[in-house]
This record gives sequence, structure tokens and C-alpha cells, in this order.
Amino acid sequence: MMLWAILAAMTGAAIFALLWPLSHGRTQGFADVADARSLYRAQLKEIDRDLARNLIGASEAEAARAEAARRLLRAASDEASPAGETEPSLRRRRASSALMLSVVPLLALLVYGLYGSPNLPDQPLTERLAKAGPQQDFAVVLARMEAHLAANPADARGWSLLAPIYLRQGRFDEAAKAFAAAARHSKPDTDLLAGLGEARILEAGGVVTADAREALAEAVKLDPKNARARYYLAMAKEQDGDGDGALSALQQLLADASPDAEWAGAVRARIEKMQGDAGRRAVAALPEGERQQAIKGMVDGLAARLAEGGGTVMEWSRLIRARSVLGEKAAALQAVKTARERLAQDAAALAAIDALADELALKETP
Amino acid sequence: MIVEIGHYALALAFGVSIIQALVPFWGLVRQDRALASVGSSAALIAFALVALSFAALVTAYVRSDFSVGNVVANSHSAQPLIYKLTSVWGNHEGSMLLWVLILTLFGALVAISHNSLPPRLRAGALAAQGLVAVAFLAFTLFTSNPFERLSPAPAEGQDLNPILQDLGLAIHPPLLYIGYVGFSITYAFAVAALIDGRIDAMWARAVRPWTLLAWTFLTLGIAMGSYWAYYELGWGGWWFWDPVENASFMPWIAGTALIHSTVVMEKRDALKVWTILLAILTFSLSLLGTFIVRSGVLTSVHSFASDPARGVFILLILVFFVGGSLALFAWRAPLLRQGGLFAPVSRESALVVNNIFLATACATVFIGTLYPLVLEMLTGAKISVGAPFYNATFIPVMVPLLLILPLGQSLAWKRGDLLGAAQRNAMAFGLAVLAALALIAFTKGGPVLAPLGIGLGLFLVLAAGFDLAERIVPRASGWRAALSRAKGLPRSAWGAALAHAGIGLSIIGIAAQAWSTEAIAVLKPGERLASGRYTIVLESVTPRTGPNFRAEVARFQLFSGGRELAPLEGSKRIYTARNMPTTEAGIRTDGLSQAYVSLGEAQDGGVAVRLYDKPLILLIWIGSIVMAAGGVLSLSDRRFRLAVPKRAAPATAAAQPAE
Repeated sequence: MMLWAILAAMTGAAIFALLWPLSHGRTQGFADVADARSLYRAQLKEIDRDLARNLIGASEAEAARAEAARRLLRAASDEASPAGETEPSLRRRRASSALMLSVVPLLALLVYGLYGSPNLPDQPLTERLAKAGPQQDFAVVLARMEAHLAANPADARGWSLLAPIYLRQGRFDEAAKAFAAAARHSKPDTDLLAGLGEARILEAGGVVTADAREALAEAVKLDPKNARARYYLAMAKEQDGDGDGALSALQQLLADASPDAEWAGAVRARIEKMQGDAGRRAVAALPEGERQQAIKGMVDGLAARLAEGGGTVMEWSRLIRARSVLGEKAAALQAVKTARERLAQDAAALAAIDALADELALKETP
Repeated sequence: MIVEIGHYALALAFGVSIIQALVPFWGLVRQDRALASVGSSAALIAFALVALSFAALVTAYVRSDFSVGNVVANSHSAQPLIYKLTSVWGNHEGSMLLWVLILTLFGALVAISHNSLPPRLRAGALAAQGLVAVAFLAFTLFTSNPFERLSPAPAEGQDLNPILQDLGLAIHPPLLYIGYVGFSITYAFAVAALIDGRIDAMWARAVRPWTLLAWTFLTLGIAMGSYWAYYELGWGGWWFWDPVENASFMPWIAGTALIHSTVVMEKRDALKVWTILLAILTFSLSLLGTFIVRSGVLTSVHSFASDPARGVFILLILVFFVGGSLALFAWRAPLLRQGGLFAPVSRESALVVNNIFLATACATVFIGTLYPLVLEMLTGAKISVGAPFYNATFIPVMVPLLLILPLGQSLAWKRGDLLGAAQRNAMAFGLAVLAALALIAFTKGGPVLAPLGIGLGLFLVLAAGFDLAERIVPRASGWRAALSRAKGLPRSAWGAALAHAGIGLSIIGIAAQAWSTEAIAVLKPGERLASGRYTIVLESVTPRTGPNFRAEVARFQLFSGGRELAPLEGSKRIYTARNMPTTEAGIRTDGLSQAYVSLGEAQDGGVAVRLYDKPLILLIWIGSIVMAAGGVLSLSDRRFRLAVPKRAAPATAAAQPAE
């Protein structure tokens, strides 16, 4: 309401100031001749002054006077129509007043109405930060913490609170800095160091850099049981090509874990993936004959497991493909048949199996 | 609420400007002085409203009001206050608001200059100027609104582009804009004269201070921009013939021509049509510069965010004002009364030659700037036109112009004496040639053109000095009389001499750059690097934390020929909010020369360092400041302040060129 009152006052003042000259202006036309006359007089004075100061000679002054007079005459002859009559001039004033009274407020309101946000109050930062309350938004709290830490850079507790927030927001660079600041300003703390390692790894896109490894090693030195640090150190081993070392480190980590550790699942999944990878690598390393044998063994193992019942469409597809690649057409056809029976309820799965059969040209020869 | 008041004020200014464009024009056509006088009050109100609006935006920036989108995009709560202020115009929307502010400021200045302007001219000029204001207010409101709000407001801003966080930027755009926009006034005067169909020496007198004012600020703005590029971009270059630089340089050349042609018009009542055309072209080039910089045709530091809608809008503004005024010119110019003829050897003829050369120089820059753009639009081929093109086209045009400049300066009005003028300059010329020869001998095997350039610069400086001395000394007898004559000499004469000497100084500085040297090395602490006269020893590299950046600061000891100068520091900064690096060059001024250190990447325990020896480089900018000082002196010439804006030239062919 207050805002609208001010805007209305502004509009009123602007229009009033526009109208002012219409009611107080002179009605006559442009009095150029009168102006020129006063100019001429002032000009003569200037010429006299220059002459007195000896800036120009007497003959020059005479010529200048003549020139000024010529220009005055020309200005007088140029002067066009005389002063406007009263009646049309009055009409013109009314028309232009109407123009001002309509155009100015209408345009202003139209434009402001299109683009303005009259309901939004100003929100200067200091005011927002000072405003306490449970429902203040998270970003403001964060900004306040940042401001606090900018002023007290040695506040280890503040940094240690801020760092995980950055980490969660994906601001890994800042998270690493915050962890580092917290670690620098507090007693040696294994969690902070592990966090620092993690942030640096994430910042590097998952690569365990030398910096990160240093922090992790430090963390493990302080607390050999620190799970996070041990997990990432295992990753480091894996990235160094030491798959077995990584695997055993993870298995050791899992063995040390309390059964209800929430991260145990993630570690287990990781171990399984690495075992799968390791198995594949092991097979690939065998000599030609043994490799065929090993592959056949694995495929038979899969077939035996599926024969016992169940099996997802993925597993069946893998079996069918493997049989076909090994050239065991009959077994492949058998697998397709069994799979169709098992997956009869799942139309999408059936379609996938059929498509695969087509692709591998597995047709029952009549 | 302050933000919204500012927004509304801008919208209100839009309406008021429409009145400013319409009513005085009507008054002019109907010979109604009351209607015409509405222009003055409308211009004053428009200025007050835009100023209010600008103040509101400044307030939002200072208070870090992140509910304003523009503040979020270009500010950060940790920025120092000065950069919160400069952020206001360090972005597209804010700089458009600054543009409009200066535009309306000039309108207000015209409105209050009751005494020096004929009322008809004032009414016409205010109407034309109001139209320009309408266009730019519409552009700001409809496509570049700085008052757009965000809800909910983000907690933190995105920071100003770090390379713009610099004191140079704090002053460069306002200076440049005062220059650009100042030419809108001369444009408005030209349009008013065309509409009115009357133009005379009075017009030239009325226009001249505005032209001088705009030219002075444009000179300072260009010099400031050049110095900023020199120290902030870290390449050690001071002019790149970059289209954005050319965009400001073209109006400057045209404005320089305009200043000279208005003098002819003032003194001889001649060259009217050409002067009007120049006034139109100068502002058109300013608009073209705005278009090039703002439309996104080019991507550079200056284009900020570019948006096609804006480009089209500015193109429309450009077409309307340039096309409209040229059409008006084609229609009305033949009706203007032609001035008298003049003798081939005279001051006025020399000024015509000056105009021809300047127009040609401007055309070469114009072609060099636009040709690549047009080519890219037509064929998609990207070419870059750089220093070699301008060395081959621009410089050959400028050199003869500068060579004959002192001659023209000492020719008399109406009928000059070429031989006498040549004699008067023989001494300066001889000294300059001697200096150039001495330099060639002294720097045997060095660049040959550089000593000639220095000779040319010296010639200009000496000739300007001698010309002044000539006017003061001969007719006066004794020290006192000379002093009183010096006082009596019009300030515009002092101004002209200063401006010409300033050009000379700049040319000396530019020519001396042929001797600048550069060296690159990776330094570890304790190691040294030499370039030209300077040797640096890396002392230490230390981290430092600023309000919104972190820096690696390298400290160097600096030696020049065995004597130790004050140490200097170069740094690389990382601005945390945008994670963007900048280079802060370390510069040590040594007399008029500078040692310039720029840091590169850190590698192998050392840091890459470039060291430049820049001999006499400060003269480039000192020259520009002297030019601007000349402009200010001319501007302060008492004759502009009087109600008498014209004074006839002495009709006699005095040996003494009267001013």
C-alpha cells in the first residue's frame, strides 16, 4: 500500500512538473530578434573589451563590429511567422496537457505492470542473515556459516560442520578446502582426514590422487579401523592395478565391520563386482585350450544353476548367447525353450528372448 | 521497496521522454514557445527519474539484495564495496541503465543552459534527444531490465567477472559513455538544425562545447581502456585493434574531425552541410559501436551475456536513428544556406584537409572492423584483421596529416601565407629531424621507423610550443607584457596547442615501443631473468588471501643497470565464486618507462615469468591526458560562457592568426 502511495506521488509530481511550463510559459513565439539584439549588444561589449586589452587592432575591431551587425540583420530577416494567436495556442496547450495526463501515467503503469514485482520487498543480505527463526532457509544458514568462517578462519568446528555439506552439494573443491582447514586447526582427527581424502578423490573425478592418499594414510595411522579411509585406500590399490590386494583389503574391512554397519552393503557389492571382474581377468589369462575349458565350465555352472529353477531374463539371455557362441546349438535351443516356459508370465521377457533367438538364428529345425 | 521504486521511476521516465520527444517538436512546428519550453522540464524530470532509478540499483548492489536477478548474476557479498559499486555497470543491464542516465544527464544540461542556446535550437535538440532516450529506455525496460526480481532469493551471488574487478573498470565505462552519449547531443543539434532549416555560426558555437566535452571524455575513456587492457590482460600490449576498441576509436576520429569543422563553421560560416553530416555520422558510429559490442556479434569481455533479441532491438535503433537522420539530411541539407568560399591557402582550407584525412582514417578503421563481420555473415569464413592491416592503411593516412598539422596551425584565417607558416615551423622541424637522425645513429641497427616516429612526435610537441611562443612574445616587449599576452590569449588557443602536443607525446610513446623487449623463463627463487634494461630476481612465491580470491604472489627484486629499484610483485589470483583465474601484472614505473612482469603457470617447482621492458610507454597515456586537458581548456574558454556565443573573425589578413 505504502509502495503504491509513493508511486502515485511520483507520478503526480512528474506530471505537475511537466504541466508547469504550459501554465507559466510565455505565449509569444520565439523572440529570436530580441535575443539576437541582446546578443549583439553583448558582442559589441566583448569586442570593445578585446580592443581595450590590445588583443585586436582597431581595424580588426571595426571589421568584427560590421560582421556582427550583418549577422544581426540576417537573424532579423530570418524571423518567420509572428507570435501565435491566443485561441489556437490555448487549444494546443489543452491538447498537450491531455497528452501528458494520459500518456505518462498509462505507459508507466503498463510497463511497470508488465515487468514489476510490487509485492516483493527488498531483501538486503544483512537483514536476511540477522533474521532468526526455525524456518529460515538452508541457503541462508549456509551463507551465515560462510560469513562466520570468513571472519574466523581458525574455527575448526565450523569448518568440520561445513565440509560435509559441501560434499553433499557436490562442491568437492570447497569441501576439500573446508576439511583441510578443519584438520589444520584442530587436533589430529581421523574422520576429518578421511573426509579430506574423499573430497579430493571426488574432486579428481574418482581418481585417488597422491594428495588424497596422503590424507587417507594419515587417517588410518590415527585409527586403523577407519572404514572410510580403508575403503578408499583399497580403491587406490585397485587403481594401481593391485586387484587382489584391493579385494583382500575390502574383505578384511567387511570382516572387521559390525554387522549393522550401514556401509557394509556397499562394500559387499563392491567385492562382488571385483570378484566378477577378477574371474573374467583370470579366464582371459589362461592358455587357449584351458580357456575354452574354463569358459565351458562357467557356462555349465550357470546352466546348472538355472536348471534348478528361477533365473532372470538377463541370466537366461547370457546362457543362450554363451551356448550359441560355443557352437552348442541344441543346448541353446533347449535353453530358449526352458526360458520361454519359465518366463511365460512376463510378456516383455518373452519378447526379449524371441528377439535374441532371432538374432542368433536359433530356429528349431523341423 | 526501494528496488520497485527504482523500477517504476524508469518506467515513468519512459513516459516522460515520449512527452519530451513530442511536445517541444510540436511547439517548434507551431511556433509556440510554451509548448517548446516543455522540453526543458521534461528533460529535467527524466533525468531526475533515471537518477532515482540508478540510485535504487546501486542501493540493491551495496546491500547485496539477492532478490534482484541482476545483483545475483554480478555481485557477491564478499566483494569489497568499491567493486559492489562498479558491478552496477560491469554487466549489460546495469551498463544500459548507466547509458540512459548519462543520456538524460546531457538532456538536463542542455535544458539548463538557458543563456548559451537559442531557444528554437534548444527545443529541437531536446525533442531529438528525447527520441533517443525513448529508444534506449525501451531497450532497457523491454530487453535488458536490471530490476528483474527473483523469489525466493538465492543466498549468494555469482560474483562479478574477475577480470572486471579492477579500478580501471570503475572509471572506464562511465568515461566512455559520457563520450559516446555526449555525441548524441551534437546529433540532436544537427537534427534540430535540419528540421528548423536554419544553421549558422551560432549553431557551431552552441555545439562546440558539447563536442569538446564528449571528445574529452572519449579520449580519457579510450586511454583508460587501453591502460586497463595493458595491465590487466597480462600480455603487455596496449592496443589490439580489437573490434571493440575500434568501436570507440571510430567515433573519436569522427569527433576530432567534427571539432575542427565546427571551428571553420564558427569562424567562417562555411562547411555547414559537411559539419551537420559529421555530427550525424559521429553519433551513428557511437551507436554502431554499441551495436557491435552489445549485440553479441562479437564475443568479448564487453559483450557480457548476449541475447539475439537485444541484437535485433539495437539494430532497429541503429537503423532508425542513422537511416532517419540521413534521410532528413538528404531532404533538408540542400535548403541550408551555403557559406562563403575560401582561399586554398588558409586556416580553413587546412582544416578541410584535416577533415578529409580524418574521414579517410575513420573509413579505414570502419572497413577493418566491419569487413570481417560482413564476410563471416555472408560466407562463414572467419578472418581476423589486425595490426598489419592498420599499419598499411591507417598509419599512411595519419602521418601526412600529422606532418601538415603544425602548418595549418600557424596559417591565418581567410588568406594565409604558406611560406611564412613554413618558416615559422622550420625551427621545430629542424630540431625534430636532428633528434631523429641522432637516434638513428645512436641505435644503429635498431628499428628504422621508430626514430622517425619519435621525430614526428617531437615535431608536433615543439611546433605547438613554438606556435604559442610566437603568439605571446613578438608583439610584447618585456616579461610582463608577455605574461599579460599569455593571459590574454584565448584558452581555446592554449587548448589546441596542448591537444596537438598531446598527440605528439602519444606518438613518441607509441614509436618507442619498437624498442620494447620481452623475455620468458621458468624461475625458481633466487634465479634471475633479464630483458632490455631490467633484471629481476625471484625472491619468493607466497600464497595470499583476498576478500573473494586467493592469490599466489611472486615477489621480485628489480635491477636496472646496477641500481636497485623498488621491488615488484606479480600474482595469479583465483576468484573463488567463479573459480576463475586472473593475472595481476607487476608493474614498476621507472621514469617514463616501465618494467612489466606477468606470471604464468607454476611448473617444476618454479613459476613461468615474462618480463618486458617498455621504454617510454607512459607517454602514450600521458599524451592522451594532455589531449584531454587541451579539451578541458578549450571547453573553459570564457567565450562559451557568455551570452554571446559568437565573435566575428577579424577581416584583415593579419600576419598574426587571431583566435
